[in-house]
Amino acid sequence: MLQIDRWKRILIVGLALLGLALAAPNLFYQRVEQHNDAVATIEKTGVETPELIAQRDGWPSWLPSGLVNLGLDLRGGAHLLGEVRVAEVYKSRMDSLWPEIRNALAAERQTIGSIRRLPAEDGVLKLEIGNADQMQRAVEIVRGFSDPITTLTGAGQQSLSILADGSTITVQLSDAEKEATDQRTVLQSLEIIRRRVDEVGTREPTIMQQGKDRILIQVPGIGSAEELKELIGTTAKLTFHSVIGVGSDPNARAQVGQIIVPDLEQEGLFYTLEESPVVTGDELVDAMPATDQNGQPAVDFRFNPSGARKFGDYTAANVGQPFAIVLDNEVVSAPNIRQAIRGGSGQISGAMDYDEANRLAVLLRAGALPAQMDFLEERTIGPELGQDSIDAGRLSAIVATVAVVAYMIASYGLFGVFASVSVIINVILILAVMSVLGATMTLPGIAGIVLTVGTAVDANVIIFERIREELRAGKKVVRAIGDGFSEAMSAIIDANVTTFIAAAVMFFMGSGPVKGFAVTMTIGLVTSVFTAIFLTRLMIVWWIERRKPQELVL
Amino acid sequence: MAFRLKLVPDNTKINFFRVQWLTFGLSALAMVVSVVLIMTMGLNFGIDFKGGTTIRTESSTAFEVGEYRNAINALDLGDVSITEVFDPTFGEDRHVAMIRIGTTNETGSVSQEQLNQVEAALQQVDPQVRFAAVDSVGPKVSSELIKTALYAVGAATLGIMAYIWLRFEWQFAIGAVVSLIHDILLTIGLFALLQLRFDLLTIVALLTTLGYSVNDTVVVFDRLRENLIKYKSMPLIDVMNLTVNETLSRTIMTAVTTALALTAMLIFGGDVIRDFIIAMLWGVIVGCYSTIYVAKNIVLWLGVKRDWSKNGPKKDPSPFSNAEMP
Repeated sequence: MLQIDRWKRILIVGLALLGLALAAPNLFYQRVEQHNDAVATIEKTGVETPELIAQRDGWPSWLPSGLVNLGLDLRGGAHLLGEVRVAEVYKSRMDSLWPEIRNALAAERQTIGSIRRLPAEDGVLKLEIGNADQMQRAVEIVRGFSDPITTLTGAGQQSLSILADGSTITVQLSDAEKEATDQRTVLQSLEIIRRRVDEVGTREPTIMQQGKDRILIQVPGIGSAEELKELIGTTAKLTFHSVIGVGSDPNARAQVGQIIVPDLEQEGLFYTLEESPVVTGDELVDAMPATDQNGQPAVDFRFNPSGARKFGDYTAANVGQPFAIVLDNEVVSAPNIRQAIRGGSGQISGAMDYDEANRLAVLLRAGALPAQMDFLEERTIGPELGQDSIDAGRLSAIVATVAVVAYMIASYGLFGVFASVSVIINVILILAVMSVLGATMTLPGIAGIVLTVGTAVDANVIIFERIREELRAGKKVVRAIGDGFSEAMSAIIDANVTTFIAAAVMFFMGSGPVKGFAVTMTIGLVTSVFTAIFLTRLMIVWWIERRKPQELVL
Repeated sequence: MAFRLKLVPDNTKINFFRVQWLTFGLSALAMVVSVVLIMTMGLNFGIDFKGGTTIRTESSTAFEVGEYRNAINALDLGDVSITEVFDPTFGEDRHVAMIRIGTTNETGSVSQEQLNQVEAALQQVDPQVRFAAVDSVGPKVSSELIKTALYAVGAATLGIMAYIWLRFEWQFAIGAVVSLIHDILLTIGLFALLQLRFDLLTIVALLTTLGYSVNDTVVVFDRLRENLIKYKSMPLIDVMNLTVNETLSRTIMTAVTTALALTAMLIFGGDVIRDFIIAMLWGVIVGCYSTIYVAKNIVLWLGVKRDWSKNGPKKDPSPFSNAEMP
């Protein structure tokens, strides 16, 4: 037990020194962070301004530069948990299917009879045909729009579920297709949110899917959750519709295939529009803030070739008629078409200031969200509160360490010094592992480290108490120490496994701070076993080799 | 002889079972009182579990809670509570309040307009006020969080029970779990009594103390198993007493170092996580007690097989130790 091979000694000391080196950058947090940011910016943009170079050179690049990630509660920022309204997509799928089915059925009007869309709940397309006895043929035609889909659970499923009853046909997405659509919707939303947040240029946002239809967004350094919500809470769905009429009654009866949309600025003004748009924002290639002819803020946009052609054809055919630019179900403007617009570019103007124009341009460039989001959880943490928490955490960690060290030395003398060195190196190792993994430190995580300072000595306490007993039993010093270590092993392992079970449960149940705590605790468990068993033992072995003690007071 | 601080003298021979009916009665009573407290006083659930919004305000000038209340009540937001936060680490010019607003709608909690109104109203009363943190949790998430929290505590308890059963005997597993339930109930009871904020972090604290308490129990069990092998003919009660006496020094030692660390955090760690630290500190104290007085008693009453050496499933008490078999 007390013979340690040379290579093992080198390994143990090497690991401790490596930990020291990897944890060191955290002492110069701000400088290293600036260095890392500057390196990233230079790599991304390729431009080296003197300022960036100065920041980069603030920390030598041959030194380790991994840092412990500070969580939102320490750095300040905003946290949002959004739920995507995935069912919205079912509705738009059905609404865009309707004209196609109508045309296909209309082609066989002789046999099937007249076709009518009946009102139904969102996401369901209900049709009525004139000749109920020709139902079989009608269903056959509708079925032509359904595609076979392959899922993990098996092939042979259809994308549409079609039900015929008397003279009505009910069409909706099949369950398998709904599931596939949901996943696509969420992934699309994730991608668009990421693009929007990136455009605003905040540092290292966390954007990830949670559960089936939720998205977690954490942006450090942003002022408030409100700001973040404005950026990602708007769908930014831009569409161009033909105008059928203008009125002041929001409850006017719209015919099937028509929608009533309020005006963005003027209250009490409502437009009746053709529901299916001429062109949508999906066909935009670019959008940028600009000014209109009156010098007011506006947004210029450009269509891709197919969008430009559709828009051009439409305007050519409808000269003199009004058309509406609709953004998120509000009419931004409804100008008359003076002449065919062939160039494929246009302008949105209206009551907006420069910030709003800028944001609209960002949203249009990033693309529209496929569905709206509801926010279930919002948190804003001010940067001052975060700094206060860091300071408080640091102070209490230092006080805790001093208190524990003093108590250990008072209790065990020289061996207490060994255990104390181990505990301090343990804290350094935790920071080192977290820096390497890029793990996030939260306020409860700091509490976890402080707690580890208290519990990490436990393994050494078990060993030392055991050595005391062996000494009392009359064993020689070296023998007692050796036996103390080996007899204590099973208790140490058992004790750590049970704590690990608790930490694992926290990791799997947890979000944010809970996870942060679990991660710190788990890392602390592993490192404390290393320091308490290997490092302390190595120090004791050195002491025995140098002093060759004949007696030991413990 | 060098000075050694020893809270526990060498070779103690305390009879821990002399007062076993008293201590067991005390534990049972404490558990009953906790349940009664939880039922009658209820828990002060944080927004994690109840939904709603909390706003943390900080101001450089002193303020009256009443003034804040009047300003916010004028907005008619329903259930609002305002408490001033005191902390020894705050300087003269730091005045903190926690404002809590109940849930008003279905998805989020308080709408953005309402939040802006609150902030504007407070700024009118106290121009120095800053909003250090704003948290909103909708009822949908909070009800899920309660479920997750219950699952987590249950899963951790079962996991620990399973591990102890595998490593020791079923009697030990029962003993450990009963003492865990004891610790959990007493901690929740304290939260009801002091009306501390009960939120996700409290669950974290519960799980941590669960781990800590069982850690303690396991160390004692480990020694108990060793002694059961060593002293085959000694009555079980004496083996247990011997075991607790042998491990007492370590139990106290570790409890003190842990308590020292947590006390430092309690005093200097700031008010944001104070309730969390209180839960852990209390858990350490209760866990230490339950190791000595609850877990062992259960094992004593359930009895345990005495013949560990022959053909038993646990031939080698531990794959990690090279204990000498007598």
